[in-house]
Order: sequence, then structure tokens, then C-alpha cells
Amino acid sequence: MRALASIYRAYFKVILLQQMQYRAEMFIWLISRILEPIIYLMVWTTIAQANGGMVDDFTKSDFAAYYIVGMAVTSLTYTSVMWEYEYRVRNGMLSAMLLRPLHPIHNDLVETGVNKLLILLVVVPVIGLLALAFHPTFHTSSWVLVAFLPALLLAFVLRFILEWMLAMAAFWFTRVNSINLLYSVLLLFLSGTFTPLTLLPGPVQLLANLLPFRWVVSFPVELLLGRVSEAEVLLGLGAQCAWLFFLLTGLTFVWRSGTRRYTAVGA
Amino acid sequence: MIYLKLCWHILRINLLYELTYKTNFVLQLLQSVIELGTSLMGLSIIFLHTTALNGWRPAQLLVLLSIYILVRGEINLVIQPSMQQLLNDVYKGTLDFTLLKPIKAQFLASTQRINIWSGVDIVLGNVVLIGSLMYLGNQLELRLVIPFVVTMLAGGAIIYSFWLLLASCAFWFIRIESILAIFQTMYQVGRWPVSIYPTWLRFILTFLVPIALVTTVPAKVLIGQISAFDLLLVIIVATVLLITSRLVWLKGLKTYTGASA
Repeated sequence: MRALASIYRAYFKVILLQQMQYRAEMFIWLISRILEPIIYLMVWTTIAQANGGMVDDFTKSDFAAYYIVGMAVTSLTYTSVMWEYEYRVRNGMLSAMLLRPLHPIHNDLVETGVNKLLILLVVVPVIGLLALAFHPTFHTSSWVLVAFLPALLLAFVLRFILEWMLAMAAFWFTRVNSINLLYSVLLLFLSGTFTPLTLLPGPVQLLANLLPFRWVVSFPVELLLGRVSEAEVLLGLGAQCAWLFFLLTGLTFVWRSGTRRYTAVGA
Repeated sequence: MIYLKLCWHILRINLLYELTYKTNFVLQLLQSVIELGTSLMGLSIIFLHTTALNGWRPAQLLVLLSIYILVRGEINLVIQPSMQQLLNDVYKGTLDFTLLKPIKAQFLASTQRINIWSGVDIVLGNVVLIGSLMYLGNQLELRLVIPFVVTMLAGGAIIYSFWLLLASCAFWFIRIESILAIFQTMYQVGRWPVSIYPTWLRFILTFLVPIALVTTVPAKVLIGQISAFDLLLVIIVATVLLITSRLVWLKGLKTYTGASA
């Protein structure tokens, strides 16, 4: 455990310095992160206006709050590993990572973590600006804040493990772009990015509950907006833990059979 | 005419090159279909809760979507790959080879790379367009064809000039891939009618980054809601941008020093 902690510290320093080099990329990434929820916010605000100010139980300012918090949670849970793995496998870059006496997932975990710290620096002022522009309302009670932090942390770890596992597809297929795209589509609708889950048809909502999608983004957002009851919070945290356990087991298995298939092309 | 002949040759060379990678066609088809499916799902969720988005009924939004896909195809087919190559050429100094040829450099630079498979988007866009027009039914009138073609051409000119304008900045700043990437992500605002955005954003999307003119205006022509003002505005903006980008390109060429030469 001690050894791992010092490795993480070393990784942290190196990766922090690495990421500081790519400020422009981060800026671009951030623009699309902010733009997307604003577009959906505008769409639903327009619909709310046409319907006399409400869509279901969402007012205009509820939508504003939903998409602003959603933007923050999406940014803080996002990982890019799915889009990098194909490159790693195809160019044999993974070979060097495999030679290290440590599972490559640790490197990626620290990298994602560092990225989140840097993003936090930008996301906080952006939330302020968006709040000024779109006047959100919050019905948040204080106990919710206590539950929000573990929910967000679990969502982050869960999404990281899920996407790291899906990234393994690169071991079996040389081009995984379409798989990643399909995943993004599922995430768009089932994680509440496009619209709050309660506005979806019943069967789709059920699907979002059963699959991990609600638990990686939507749940912490709903929680912070005070849209889930105490019992549902416990249930949600339970679902997150269960999925985490299940995916970790799956990951071990997929990793083992994947690395066996890996042929280190190009290295 | 020599330019037409050249276009044909460039197309043929790129086709031969891309035919080596036939899987890319399947992948592009898959990607375009997934993206179309996503948009359709999005629209169907929206219309669960309303009958019209700011006055745009489902068939009308489909018209807009098809134009969005068409223009995206146009960008990815020739504009984006060529401009990317131009940036690369300026950075490496290989623009020398383009300049040495006895053809207008702007023409060569703007057509040098064609990503054939992005033609899938153009085909798909047309399919959706025809489908949505049939769905729209009787409102369609034949007299709208000419204004539609005019606005599509003007929209194409606007998008092209805007990219050229951005890419020409490379003559002064060398590495500017980021700016182009920002434009690519910004383009998604064009999927929705510009009227849903707040006034300040609408102003930006009309005059600073004229995406609204490129997608919303031709769609408004087809659904019969175009005003003379919109029509005039598109033509004026297209002309101004074409001239400005040409001037900036020429000025940029003067500062080009050919790093390798």
C-alpha cells in the first residue's frame, strides 16, 4: 500500500507536468463540453416556454440548474481512455506499459485524476458564468451535500472502470471507433446528458436504471438537485457499489484474455 | 475548361488512393448511420413533449437536419482535409510545391485533399432531405427551388471562406489546428433552428461564426418561411466573406517564407 502511494505520487508529478503542456487541447475540449449542454438547455427551455413554462416537473430554471450541474458532473467523470486504446494497441505502445511491474490502469487512473483537478479549476468559474447567464434554481437540502460527494466519487470510479473495460475491445478489433460511438450514443440518452431521465419513455428509463448509465452521470446530478428521496439515495449508492464490484470482476477477466491476444504490432 | 479537368483529375487520384482502404467506407457508413440515428432519437424524444419546437414541426426539423448533414458532408469531403493539408504545408514549408505549379494556388490548396468516403454524408443527407420533403407534403412549391439552390451555394461559399480565413491565419501564427477544431465543435449548433438561441448567441452565429446562415436559412426556404431580408443577408455575407478570405489569403502568401526552401 505504501509502495503504491509513492508510485502514485511520482505519477502525479510527471503527469501534472505533462498535462500542463496541452492547455490549448483542454480549452477546445472544454468548449465542446460547455456548448453541448447549452444547446440542449436552449432546446428544452424553448419547449418549456411553448408549454406554458413547464415540461413535466421541470421549469426553465430547473432545466438551467440541471444542465449546469450535468456539465460539471460530465466533465468530472469523463475519461478519454476509450479513444486512446486503439492507438496504443495498434502501435504497440502498450508493450512498454506491460513491461512495467505495475498494471497500466494505475497510470491512467492518475492521469484522469490529474486531468479532473485541472478541469476543476476551469469548471468552477464556468459554472459561475453560466449561473449568471441562465438563472438556475436549486432545491438542495443540506443532507444531500453529504451524499453528493460519495455519489460523485463512485460515479467517477465506476465510469472509469466501465470505459477502461470497453476500451479493451481494441484487443479484438483493429478499429474501435464505431464501438466507441455507439457507447457515446447510449451515454447521451441513458445517462441524462440529452434530457433528464424522467422525460424519457418508461421502458427507456427502466433500461437506464438497470444498466450502469444512470449511475455514472445522472444520479449525482439528480441528487444535488434534490430530485431523489433518502431511500432512493441509499438504493443508488448501493447500485453504484454493485456495478463497481461487477465491473471490476469483469475487467480482471477481460484484461487477462485481452493481453493474451495482444501481439504487440509495431513494437 | 482547365479547372474542371483538374477537379476531375484530383477526384480520380483521391478515389484511387482511398480505394486502397475499403474498410474505411464501411466504418464511415456505420458512423454516419449511427449519427443519423442519434439525431432522429433526439427529435423523437423532443416531440414526445411538444408538437413544435419554436414553430418548427417534426418534418420541418427533419429538413433542417438533412441540410445540417449535407453541409457537414461538404466540410468533411473537401474543405476540412484540404485545409488541414494547407496547415501542414505552411508548417513544413511544403507549400512551395503548390506555389510553383502554374495554377492558381488558392484553387489547388482548397481542393488538394478529398476524403471520398465523407460522400456518404452527402448521399445520406439527400436521402433524409427527400424523405422529409415527402413527409412535409403539399406545402412544397416548385418556385422555391431557385432560392434554395442560391442559399445552399451561398452557404457553401460562407463555410468555405470561413475555413480559408481561419486556415490563412497559419501564415502568421503557424500552429493553429486548435482554431479549426473549435469550429468543428461549434458546428453542432447548426443542427437546431437558430431562433431557439438567445439574442446575443444568435448575433454571434449570424455575423461572427455564420453557422446559422448556412443551415437554418436554406431550411427556411424549403419550408416556405424565408424572408427577402434573410435571402439578401446570406448573399451579402457570402460575397463579403469570399472577398475577405481571398484578400487575407493573398496577404498571407506574401508573408510565407517557405521554411524548408
